[in-house]
Amino acid sequence: MSADKQHSLLSIRNVGKHFGGLHVLQDVSFEVPAGSIYGLIGPNGAGKTTVFNLITGLLAPSSGSIEFKGESLVGQQPHQITRKGIARTFQNIRIFKEMDLLENVMVGMHDHLRYGPAALLFNTGACKAAEKRARERALELLSWVGLDHKADMLADNLSYGDQRKLEFARALATEPKLLLLDEPVAGMNPSEKTVLMEEINNIRNRGYGVFMIEHDMRFVMGLCDRIAVLNFGRIIAEGSPDEVRNNPEVIEAYLGKEEAA
Amino acid sequence: MEWFNDFWSTYSTLVFSVGVHILLALSIWLTLSCGLLSLANAAFMGIGAYVAALLTLHLEWSFGTVLLAGGVAPAAVALIIGAPVLRLSGVYLAMATLAFGEVVRITVLNLEITGGPEGLNGIPLSTEAWHIALILAVTVYGLARLRRSKVGRAFEAIKEDEIAARLMGIDVDRYKLLAFSLGAFIAGIAGALNAHFTFFISPREYGFENAVDILTMAVLGGFSNLIGPMLGATILTLLPELLRSLHDFRSLVNGAVLVLVVLFLPKGIWEPRRIRAWVQRFKGGRA
Ligand SMILES: Nc1ncnc2c1ncn2[C@@H]1O[C@H](COP(=O)(O)OP(=O)(O)O)[C@@H](O)[C@H]1O
Ligand SMILES: [Mg+2]
Repeated sequence: MSADKQHSLLSIRNVGKHFGGLHVLQDVSFEVPAGSIYGLIGPNGAGKTTVFNLITGLLAPSSGSIEFKGESLVGQQPHQITRKGIARTFQNIRIFKEMDLLENVMVGMHDHLRYGPAALLFNTGACKAAEKRARERALELLSWVGLDHKADMLADNLSYGDQRKLEFARALATEPKLLLLDEPVAGMNPSEKTVLMEEINNIRNRGYGVFMIEHDMRFVMGLCDRIAVLNFGRIIAEGSPDEVRNNPEVIEAYLGKEEAA
Repeated sequence: MEWFNDFWSTYSTLVFSVGVHILLALSIWLTLSCGLLSLANAAFMGIGAYVAALLTLHLEWSFGTVLLAGGVAPAAVALIIGAPVLRLSGVYLAMATLAFGEVVRITVLNLEITGGPEGLNGIPLSTEAWHIALILAVTVYGLARLRRSKVGRAFEAIKEDEIAARLMGIDVDRYKLLAFSLGAFIAGIAGALNAHFTFFISPREYGFENAVDILTMAVLGGFSNLIGPMLGATILTLLPELLRSLHDFRSLVNGAVLVLVVLFLPKGIWEPRRIRAWVQRFKGGRA
């Protein structure tokens, strides 16, 4: 995958973010290559979710630049960034609980359903066909995460693990080039984790770029092609899992604590 | 047919009111379905009523054009005030839209062309039953289509989680503005229809109380689908008439019914999920 490095999908350069006097991110730089799984790890409160919030336009960086496929994302609105091909899931799941699973996924296709108001009102053939295609695609995405048999269930009734999977399918529905996953296996048991790990691997093999935040070290080491380590808002190491694992600063800041615990 | 003529001469105004109130309840349902607690619909209705009545009285436009203008005028106002107002949400939006309603009422009260506190008199009785029936049918059809489309899903998504909706590629601000001004359009047409069967309009009919009444219709009926607000509007229009024999107790009983419904059916009378559960329990009980 390192051959792709010069051809990076997402590039973050010298990004800083502060809330008033609180400096959450300082001089953060890294490149996420296409067609790989990239991991961002670090202790709680290190600023990982904030990185995602900056990429997706929910927050504006205080300094630095964020580029996706060579195009600046700074100043763009969240929905515009989504339309460029970045989708995400949330650390605290944010599915639409009052909708069924199929509708949840179809919301993700919003921008790809291109019928106009007249077609909508008169329910023209084109409109019907577009809705039908969307429904089929939604079912396909649900089957990727093994939820197609629950398509007409209310999302609120799903188990925690299934809710994460639904959010996953919904993110894929926006047809992203890059998928941002914020602690995708948080709160799952080991067997659920293994299943989801396989699914994330499958997603990468289907040609999506994956950029994931994870707390569980073992999980990240086994899955990611490259890893960046964030500590107190600064990148302290970046490289292959082996490089990161053996970096003394990482051991000190992160692994050391875990080993001790 | 004798009995029908009798009935119609007594109750036609009431039937017309049911139709207009259903339109108003649907107009607030639209904004609620997008998660917006807007109480501007009484004012939008008033703008529609005055614009329509003035066009009829002074310019003698045809009734169809007048109705259209009665919808377009408040929709245009909604587009203009929407950008700043819709940045608010929850009770703040409710308060801002109520304040907007007061501004409209006081403006109408002090303008000469609107007849000030006396209102406008002698508006021709152009509204016929089929006008209301047709407009209702078109509105219900249009809203039902909307609900089943990407627009309806976008509204629902915004209502449930605005941030998640944005990250699904939905231009949330634009859709909120759409719901707000479409609601204004429907309320405006309701106002225009109303003005042309009551003969007379005054600023009193479009104030705070009416704004709350419209909300009550949707809340009472339930707003998880289109049937709820239609049912709520019908009940709230007919109930005072049915209770007429109670004289002084009328508003008391009226209020008590509302309190009971809100207490025991917090999601409104027409709540498909609860009704389905009831049916299931009934079937289960017999099996
Ligand atoms: N919107 C915000 N306003 C103020 N402080 C914030 C905001 N978002 C995050 N923070 C702070 O930034 C720090 C990093 O948070 P976060 O990015 O969520 O960490 P992580 O995801 O690595 O656990 C925390 O101290 C948090 O309280
Ligand atoms: Mg986090």
